[in-house]
Amino acid sequence: MRSDLPLFPVQASAEARQVDHLFLATLILSVFFALLVSATLLTFAVRYRRRPKDKPPAPIHGSHVLEIAWMVLPLLLAMGTFVWGAEVFFRLNRPPDDTMVVNVVGKRWMWKLQHPSGRREINELHVPLGTPVRLNMTSEDVIHSFYVPAFRIKADAVPGRYTTTWFRATRPGRYHLFCAEYCGTRHSGMIGWVEVMQPEAFQAWLAGGTQEVSLAEAGERLFNDLGCVTCHKPGSGARGPTLDKLYGSTVKLQGGESITADETYLRESILYPAARVTAGYQPIMPTFRGLVSEEGVLELIEYLKSRSAQKAEESSASAPSSAGKSPGQERTP
Amino acid sequence: MSAPRSGTNYLNVSYGIRSWLFSVDHKRIALLYLCSVTSMFLLGGLFAAMVRMELLTPAGDMLASDTYNKVFTMHGIVMVFFFLIPGIPAVLGNFLVPMMVGARDLAFPRLNLLSWYLYTVGALFTLFSIVIGGVDTGWTFYTPYSSAWTTTNIVPVALGIFVTGFSSILTGLNFIVTIHTMRAPGLTWFRLPLFIWAHYATSIVIILGTPVIAITIVLLALERVFHLGFFDPALGGDPVLFQHFFWFYSHPAVYIMILPAMGVVSEIVACFSRKRVFGYPFVAGSSLAIALLGFLVWGHHMFVSSQSVFAGMVFSVLSFLVAIPSAVKVFNWTATLYKGSISFETPMLYAFGFLGLFTIGGLTGLMLATLGIDVHVHDTYFIVAHFHYIMVGGTVMAYLGGLHFWWPKISGRLYPEWWGRLSALIVFIGFNLTFFPQFIVGYLGMPRRYHAYPEEFQVLNVMSTAGASILGVGYVIPLIYFVWSMRYGKRAPSNPFGATGLEWRTPSPPPTENFPAPPTVTEEAYAYERVPVPEGGAHAG
Repeated sequence: MRSDLPLFPVQASAEARQVDHLFLATLILSVFFALLVSATLLTFAVRYRRRPKDKPPAPIHGSHVLEIAWMVLPLLLAMGTFVWGAEVFFRLNRPPDDTMVVNVVGKRWMWKLQHPSGRREINELHVPLGTPVRLNMTSEDVIHSFYVPAFRIKADAVPGRYTTTWFRATRPGRYHLFCAEYCGTRHSGMIGWVEVMQPEAFQAWLAGGTQEVSLAEAGERLFNDLGCVTCHKPGSGARGPTLDKLYGSTVKLQGGESITADETYLRESILYPAARVTAGYQPIMPTFRGLVSEEGVLELIEYLKSRSAQKAEESSASAPSSAGKSPGQERTP
Repeated sequence: MSAPRSGTNYLNVSYGIRSWLFSVDHKRIALLYLCSVTSMFLLGGLFAAMVRMELLTPAGDMLASDTYNKVFTMHGIVMVFFFLIPGIPAVLGNFLVPMMVGARDLAFPRLNLLSWYLYTVGALFTLFSIVIGGVDTGWTFYTPYSSAWTTTNIVPVALGIFVTGFSSILTGLNFIVTIHTMRAPGLTWFRLPLFIWAHYATSIVIILGTPVIAITIVLLALERVFHLGFFDPALGGDPVLFQHFFWFYSHPAVYIMILPAMGVVSEIVACFSRKRVFGYPFVAGSSLAIALLGFLVWGHHMFVSSQSVFAGMVFSVLSFLVAIPSAVKVFNWTATLYKGSISFETPMLYAFGFLGLFTIGGLTGLMLATLGIDVHVHDTYFIVAHFHYIMVGGTVMAYLGGLHFWWPKISGRLYPEWWGRLSALIVFIGFNLTFFPQFIVGYLGMPRRYHAYPEEFQVLNVMSTAGASILGVGYVIPLIYFVWSMRYGKRAPSNPFGATGLEWRTPSPPPTENFPAPPTVTEEAYAYERVPVPEGGAHAG
């Protein structure tokens, strides 16, 4: 049995420090109130302990002043804590603009991770020190939860949708990665490591390994193999809408609504094409459920993103495009 | 004050198994429930012991992973649905609500018996599922794992919980009607004992909340058996919708567990300090406030579930609000002691334990309501520690305190006071040693429901397992001396603790009709200034 007794988790991100400050403040407040109550209880218990031949104590019905005081004061403290907690929560949920994106797919019982360059990992995530990393997550089967205690972050990976969280590592090292949402037999084996590396070392690591094609290239190959291009070809008169500059743009739907074409929308359009049909087109697209894996969908989305980026570069002089920003950020608040 | 002991009481009025199984006397039904929930508590405790044994070492080396997953699931299901939720209302409430309002029985005695049968049928379904292999979803049954992926016996357990829900509903209905219509002459609402206010508030939660879990369970079973897509995204459903439905009941269910416990504590604190409960209308009103606000906070179980940030904020602020009425109660109980004449018999020791542990449970609950903290500690042992401080430190302490307080009334016998005090002390120490280390290991990041865990968490887990063994001893001692006292205990007078309240104005054990003559009430509850102070409590003399 190991005899070390850690009492506080390591801080490996800037957000971890903010969470700990909040935690310690509420802890101090809690200890204060717990001591106040228990000290008062014990004092009364000793001071007013029953003595032989005690007369019945005089009745006290209560005090409105005290009642109001011990409702209002805790309420004020509670509201202050709420505001602070919400502020930290906002920060945990709002990644900065210039994040590096890593795709995460949870599957019983492993974490599959894809870097945009095409490098893939299982149960290990290599990230550079100091760079904000946004995780774009989903699950192939049941709900999992991506939890790195050293960063104080946790977010469920939910089948059927994309969820997101982010962190900026501030301390090199290897940190636990846990699945925090119970997912069956080997739930406690669905663990791994996050390795925070110096930026140069990270670049070397990224370039290493077997030469893989980038996610966007893999997506392009899928796009052609699945025959998407048959309908989604450039130019008017095609059976499907053009996909250039789609990512990040606003799409008008049948029925008059409009929606931002983010990752969630693109995934839904591939797997459930009838759910939101673009205005002016017929709902004739077949579903690709079962034909393409969650990782394949992520690759297709990377490919569509790259097509938006190219087109944005080509027309960069003419109009400001939203393609450079991640729409995922706009959805979160 | 003490009525003359007549020859017959509810225990010896008739004999034979049929006289119990077909009894419509609320006191006998309370005892049927006592046997049932105690059996389920022992079963749940056995599962807890297996969990703690496994976690003694970091490797998953005692049980197979699937077995461990079933064991913690069955621990949760048995304890929550078959012990904590029915516990105080069905045993103490059943026995005391009619007596405290001065009635002969509950409003619907046959429904009351039916509720025990429904409970039993539900428990049997669950036991059947355990015998044929159990369930491994956790007591929360999250989809799509529960509806599409697990191969274990979801349907019989779901049926068990569904049926047991109706027993809760019938009990709640019975309490509400009884409290409204059967109060003794002179017993106005603001003369009611706080135990009654607490059970009234609990009954509201039961009646409004339980149908929701019943419907949710039906939807889950339909999806599992007929593949109707409610929750499974592969069938077009929404897995997070299940969490909304589940917690819409299961968070208020926590108040079903704790509100009656608060009622018990009000009675005990008043009696053993010989004082009126400080701020009676505030303590009564806070029960109703908790019952109503408790329905608006379910989303705080889902801060990292992909629920929107805005929803997270709303549920966070409401969770802070629901803490205020709980705090009001704690402050009022503390103030009740002021200038009292306090004695420390077993029930009072349990009440003191409740106050300390519930305070810690409540304060850590506020930490969890704080959005920025919950992201880190959600689904870790910090949560496990928090809700055990509320459910075990709160509800079980009060339940044991209440059992000791009313045992002389229920059984007509006294238990050995020295053993009572010793067991209260052992329970308090064992409880803290078991669950306090879990706050630390949780903040360190140990996820809950882990069969194996990293080595650096071992020392804290060993402490927890050691504490659990002590706690187990603390629970077994009362079980032994309660059973012992039924035959060998000294006969109890009608009012051994010199308490106010109608239930003490009738012999111990009471006659079937509760009161030899219908009582009338002429004063507020807890008029202890008019009652002589007992010397050393019941057991000294």
